[in-house]
Amino acid sequence: QFRNFKIIYRRYAGLYFCICVDVNDNNLAYLEAIHNFVEVLNEYFHNVCELDLVFNFYKVYTVVDEMFLAGEIRETSQTKVLKQLLMLQSLE
Amino acid sequence: MPAVSKGDGMRGLAVFISDIRNCKSKEAEIKRINKELANIRSKFKGRDKALDGYSKKKYVCKLLFIFLLGHDIDFGHMEAVNLLSSNKYTEKQIGYLFISVLVNSNSELIRLINNAIKNDLASRNPTFMCLALHCIANVGSREMGEAFAADIPRILVAGDSMDSVKQSAALCLLRLYKASPDLVPMGEWTARVVHLLNDQHMGVVTAAVSLITCLCKKNPDDFKTCISLAVSRLSRIVSSASTDLQDYTYYFVPAPWLSVKLLRLLQCYPPPEDAAVKGRLVECLETVLNKAQEPPKSKKVQHSNAKNAILFETISLIIHYDRCPPGGGGGGGGPGSFLQHRETNLRYLALESMCTLASSEFSHEAVKTHIDTVINALKTRLPKDPSCQLKCTGLSRALSRSPVAQPFRVVRNLLTFGRTPEGRYSDPDVLKVAILAEKYAVDYSWYVDTILNLIRIAGDYVSEEVWYRVLQIVTNRDDVQGYAAKTVFEALQAPACHENMVKVGGYILGEFGNLIAGDPRSSPPVQFSLLHSKFHLCSVATRALLLSTYIKFINLFPETKATIQGVLRAGSQLRNADVELQQRAVEYLTLSSVASTDVLATVLEEMPPFPERESSILAKLKRKKGPGAASALDDGRRDASSNDINGGVEPTPSTVSTPSPSADLLGLRAAPPPAAPQAPAGAGNLLVDVSSDGPVAQPGLGPTPEEAFLSELEPPAPESPMALLADPAPAADPGPEDFGSPIPEADELLNKFVCKNNGVLFENQLLQIGVKSEFRQNLGRMYLFYGNKTSVQFQSFTPTVVHPGDLQTAQLAVQTKRVAAQVDGGAQVQQVLNIECLRDFLAPPLLSVRFRYGGAPQSLTLKLPVTINKFFQPTEMAAQDFFQRWKQLSLPQQEAQKIFKATHPMDAEVTKAKLLGFGSALLDNVDPNPENFVGAGIIQTKALQVGCLLRLEPNAQAQMYRLTLRTSKEPVSRHLCELLAQQF
Repeated sequence: QFRNFKIIYRRYAGLYFCICVDVNDNNLAYLEAIHNFVEVLNEYFHNVCELDLVFNFYKVYTVVDEMFLAGEIRETSQTKVLKQLLMLQSLE
Repeated sequence: MPAVSKGDGMRGLAVFISDIRNCKSKEAEIKRINKELANIRSKFKGRDKALDGYSKKKYVCKLLFIFLLGHDIDFGHMEAVNLLSSNKYTEKQIGYLFISVLVNSNSELIRLINNAIKNDLASRNPTFMCLALHCIANVGSREMGEAFAADIPRILVAGDSMDSVKQSAALCLLRLYKASPDLVPMGEWTARVVHLLNDQHMGVVTAAVSLITCLCKKNPDDFKTCISLAVSRLSRIVSSASTDLQDYTYYFVPAPWLSVKLLRLLQCYPPPEDAAVKGRLVECLETVLNKAQEPPKSKKVQHSNAKNAILFETISLIIHYDRCPPGGGGGGGGPGSFLQHRETNLRYLALESMCTLASSEFSHEAVKTHIDTVINALKTRLPKDPSCQLKCTGLSRALSRSPVAQPFRVVRNLLTFGRTPEGRYSDPDVLKVAILAEKYAVDYSWYVDTILNLIRIAGDYVSEEVWYRVLQIVTNRDDVQGYAAKTVFEALQAPACHENMVKVGGYILGEFGNLIAGDPRSSPPVQFSLLHSKFHLCSVATRALLLSTYIKFINLFPETKATIQGVLRAGSQLRNADVELQQRAVEYLTLSSVASTDVLATVLEEMPPFPERESSILAKLKRKKGPGAASALDDGRRDASSNDINGGVEPTPSTVSTPSPSADLLGLRAAPPPAAPQAPAGAGNLLVDVSSDGPVAQPGLGPTPEEAFLSELEPPAPESPMALLADPAPAADPGPEDFGSPIPEADELLNKFVCKNNGVLFENQLLQIGVKSEFRQNLGRMYLFYGNKTSVQFQSFTPTVVHPGDLQTAQLAVQTKRVAAQVDGGAQVQQVLNIECLRDFLAPPLLSVRFRYGGAPQSLTLKLPVTINKFFQPTEMAAQDFFQRWKQLSLPQQEAQKIFKATHPMDAEVTKAKLLGFGSALLDNVDPNPENFVGAGIIQTKALQVGCLLRLEPNAQAQMYRLTLRTSKEPVSRHLCELLAQQF
């Protein structure tokens, strides 16, 4: 878990989600932030799997941007994020 | 095909991605990608029909995917920028994505991008504004900062901005502020940012807290008002029921991330002064602590994680306030109970917060009550996770620093701790344990025990300083000497013991072996054979130390003299390939047979106590903590050597003092039997020499006694090998007076070798001489191959190395092995030269080859291709450092410059190779003119180091070069300049 920063990761099936944070950041909070993110992905893609992420990599970026920005947590409410994402999707 | 069924996908992209996924090999994948790249290129170039937005989006997206697979993309930026101005969200999004991921510093593009962003920011369409803000936040470049730093605060506090835009704007501003703080103007918006903490929308609050936390670190006073707002926000969250905050409740925990962030924000400030605020905060903290005791509302790990995240942050806030509020004890209790938890992550965190807790002064009492829990936890469930272990050690360290804990127990614990999972100790840990042991040692025998244990357990990580220190302490305390001797003796009896143990053992027994000699179980012969049984397993340095021990044994126990002399006399010592060992063996043997008992006793007297001074390990620790050398010891060393580049280092005392003794030695050795009658004088000299081993010259000498100590253990002998080797058959050496001067071509031949180490040095009809050499620091080894090109045997073949003029042994030591006197026709003989550079020198040594060919004497003198630059060590440095050093060497005599015509074609690659061959490091991006070459290096000699900086400016039109060298020594500058100038 260490380097100049620390890496917090969580494994979901074959996928690792990693966040790199400052050494004195709150570990558990970011660990749960990963989970929060994954739950949003799951909701958004309806039972997300690796292929969804590969084929829709550009959408994943959008999700990331909604939830994390400039290295900070932007939005933590799952419902709010999903509402925004669906709105964006309907835009085309 | 999953997921694409959502209708808005791009079919071409999906097909491409699945194609790539189906590729069986890397080659097939690359082929497919190249095909696609060609396709996209032609599509983008196609002038006949303009691409519609959809295809542009599709192709840009494909490029992005290819980039993410790890291939370089060097086109498509323009198309992406075009997408930015589209009115369709998806096209705009892909455009921004491409720009964010593949930032290009092309200024024209940046201008276009910034323009598009500006338009979007002004568009009042919240979605587009967010996209633009995300792009700025993701790129965060200085150009963007310059363009938008003024706009974003306005958007952030504008009354009509949507919540999502505010969120993005806050974080975007944060990013710009982090990247270039100078660009973000402070203004009246700062006050309004603080009020965002009151915003209805929790997402806005979350983003704003992050921003404020960062801002207030720089300007605490401007943001003071945030304290009360943060506290009230926090208390609203903490006291809310788990259902109140709906969207923001995560597994029954209300807004965990926001709470954590608020707590962190509060850690930027001292405790609030306003009593009401303070009361409210304390209430909050207590609520959190109490909630931690409540039974969990959910069995899910997410619930407890979120809860504990808040708990730990609360604890660190309490620690930050550094006082014991009513809940302080509970704060200790929380982590205390977690120590027994089976979840590794939790245990790790608990240890961490215990660490901080223990190091804060006020919570000692709280920690004290838990110390038994801690020690038990450490003892009983030795965590298997290495990072956990590290923390344990850290914790124990923190504990032992506190006066309440019993360092004894802790250190013992640490030792048990390291024993089981072997080799888990790291270097700094060992160091710290050693320091702890020393600091809290009540009784020196305990200290000796501890350190010896440490060596046993973690020998690999015990650095020299640690065991030097033990030796110092043992030497200085006569009360532990006997005990130490006994202990090491026992430790050495283990079938396998660490080399460091052998070193300590060798030293201690050599000094104080007599103290335990009374016991028949450790009688002198037993001691000796025990040590000698380890001898063959050890490295050269240890063997050398053991040899010193042996000679000391001869003094301590005359009865072992015969055995030891036998050992010394054995061929494996006297003809040892290692100069150091060989020399010791020879010297000690002579010493033991020549000198009288009295002399022996004086020479080999017990070491005097070391002057009391700072512990070398503490010094090491300090060095580690020194500025700039934050973590690694290496850094410290590097620092030292980079300082050296500025000028010759003063030679260390040991090197200064040796030339004369070694000269004496030479005299003594050249006529061994006659020397005996002159015993007093000879012994006097010997004394000085062996004082590498004895105390006479050492105490108080030199700036750091540590060095003296070091040299005590490793006599600086290598100067004299030349003498030694000349010695076995002095008669065979022809007098040095009749060497011819070098052949006329010698200079030219030499020049060929300035930049290379291997090749043919000389060739005529009879003889070919090939050279292979390697140099490291101030040492070199050269293989000379003499090939007889005729079919007739050469007789009395004697190659000799001589030093012309002032190139004395003081500058360069060359040690040669003799070769067979006959070289058969067509045969080749090899001669090995060991070279040590003692000081800077100018003229190379000469190689004189003499032999008889068909009865006619032949003689040939060449210059040996050893030039000062061979001892160059390349030094890498940044441009800034380079110029700084360059300026420091600005005295006119330090610089040598030469302008000369190119004699070879001016090829940059060849020049580079030559400069590298010359030995300097090539520094790119230092000189503003890319044509120029800049190099740096240090010439390593035994006595001093000379830092060299060089700069070569080719002028292709004039076919000229200008070469400038700056070194800390004038002759070196000139000499190097001349050498190098002949190469181009």
